[in-house]
Amino acid sequence: MTSALGSAPAGSGIASRPGGGNPGPPVRPHRKRRWGRTARWIGWVWVLPALIMYAVFVLRPLALTVQYSLYRWNGIGSARWVGFENYLTVFTDRDLLKIISNAFVLIVFFSFIPVALGLLVASLVRRITTGPGGTLVRTVLFLPQVIPLVAAGIAWSWVLSSSGLVNQALRAVGLDGLTRSWLGEFNTALPAVGVIGTWVMLGLCTILLVTGMSKIDPSLYEAARMDGAGPIREFFAVTLPSLRQEIGVCLTVTVIAALASFDIVYISTSGGPGIQTTVPGLEIYRLAFSQRQVGLASALGVVLMLLVLVCVLPIQRLTRGEKA
Amino acid sequence: MNLSSRSERLTGRIFLIALVVVTLLPFLSMLSAALQPRGTVPTGLAWPTDPQWGNFADAFTAANMGALLKSSLLIVAGVVPIGVLIATMAGFGLGHLRVPGGHIAFGLLLLGLTLPFEAVVTPMYYQMRDMGLLNTRWAIILPLIGLYMPFAVFWMRAHFTNVPPELSEAARVDGSNTWQLFWRVHVPLARPAIASLTILLFLWTWNQFLLAIVMVDDATKRTMAGALGAFQGQWGTDLVLLCAGSLLILTPTLIVFLIFQRQFIKALLQGSVKG
Repeated sequence: MTSALGSAPAGSGIASRPGGGNPGPPVRPHRKRRWGRTARWIGWVWVLPALIMYAVFVLRPLALTVQYSLYRWNGIGSARWVGFENYLTVFTDRDLLKIISNAFVLIVFFSFIPVALGLLVASLVRRITTGPGGTLVRTVLFLPQVIPLVAAGIAWSWVLSSSGLVNQALRAVGLDGLTRSWLGEFNTALPAVGVIGTWVMLGLCTILLVTGMSKIDPSLYEAARMDGAGPIREFFAVTLPSLRQEIGVCLTVTVIAALASFDIVYISTSGGPGIQTTVPGLEIYRLAFSQRQVGLASALGVVLMLLVLVCVLPIQRLTRGEKA
Repeated sequence: MNLSSRSERLTGRIFLIALVVVTLLPFLSMLSAALQPRGTVPTGLAWPTDPQWGNFADAFTAANMGALLKSSLLIVAGVVPIGVLIATMAGFGLGHLRVPGGHIAFGLLLLGLTLPFEAVVTPMYYQMRDMGLLNTRWAIILPLIGLYMPFAVFWMRAHFTNVPPELSEAARVDGSNTWQLFWRVHVPLARPAIASLTILLFLWTWNQFLLAIVMVDDATKRTMAGALGAFQGQWGTDLVLLCAGSLLILTPTLIVFLIFQRQFIKALLQGSVKG
């Protein structure tokens, strides 16, 4: 509020200067312009409510996260300055490195598999049929996007459990030897969590890519076929470049979801067995609220934020390069 | 050549149908478990000989569904109208009035666009504690409004930058001030953008989990997703009841989704493209 009021006179001052330099301006436009300038500064009143909420509930906590990350603090007693020690821990502690690498493994399941499968379906279907059939397909494929991730976690914990659907199906085809508690065993837990992410993201990616596909000019395909391109050449020469933007969108959304995952892991495995499925988001929660290591939790938070930026910005640049 | 493309399409169809089946299977598996007699150990997918629809009534009581619905609605009522209003105003100020220095404000907001909630949740907790708001719904409502601002303002600004300036000039000649201009001319024109934003904020609030479990201990003061987490903690060993309760907690979202599905899908598609 204060900044808007305080700036208003400065704004009108600037506005009067060009008018003053010009010896004989007609009175009306001069006035109008001056009024316009002041009005433009008053426009800040429109922006301020949103900006204040953002500053108080995002920028301030963000600055505090950076500050906390430089201290050792249990959340109650007095904090001790430790410099970059917490960051050193994040980058050298074996468990924490394993936890960060888990997030990258999840990218394969949250991002690469849905985008690859989505591309496959898109290039085969080209467009989802209009009419009731198409609407039904769209509605169903969007279900995982609409329900809370917590629900997806609960449903899949059941599907992947020892008496669940997956094992039932394996037994039905005689692969009894493969049955196991997928989320509970050391080697299968992380991929099993990943599969839940694949299920959540697959529909969104498929629909985005098929929608993008339906906008490609069919004559491009005809031209490619005339040149004797097979389906595979056609895919790399026409489909992939035309869908660049859609692929970028899918990757951005899913990579953020993978790196910042929390809900699914919390519900399906709580990070176990061991730290086999622990991801940075969950570790921040545990460090801050059960282990009372607020400083280390904050350092991990800063690292997570930067990791997301480092992964997402190149994707944006690659896929929107032409526009920028 | 035509033949090969036809068989390609057929393969595509089969893939698509397989995708639909895979998407639905977890829900069906939950339903089949929810209908088994209490106390039995269900198997993956088996239609019960004697479906126990009464399990849903038990789960309704066990989950305290009435209180949960009320709590989620209160939180949504706190977040969505204010969030949409101030984001629309800011979008108008940045995109249409083009306030001087607006690009700095916009740049600051862009910073928050990819911010994981986990990165700020720790200081947020202490901030709420100092404000004396822990264990109240305000501790979920206020941070969520702030956290939604980057996307919401970005979204509304994108709409307002495309509105021709002549529109406002014409209205100014009529002598209306900016406030009247906003409500009479711009808000009605922005209705589609506002509707999509409302749907997205509703969905994200309803499904918000992390803030709910960090800020509020009492499940009946949380969002639906937070309550579902607590329900799993409490009834995790009783699979039949857990599945029945989860499906029940999902029902309101599904009903709203099925009613507004066209708008939902449009909003989600646009939302991910612009976000």
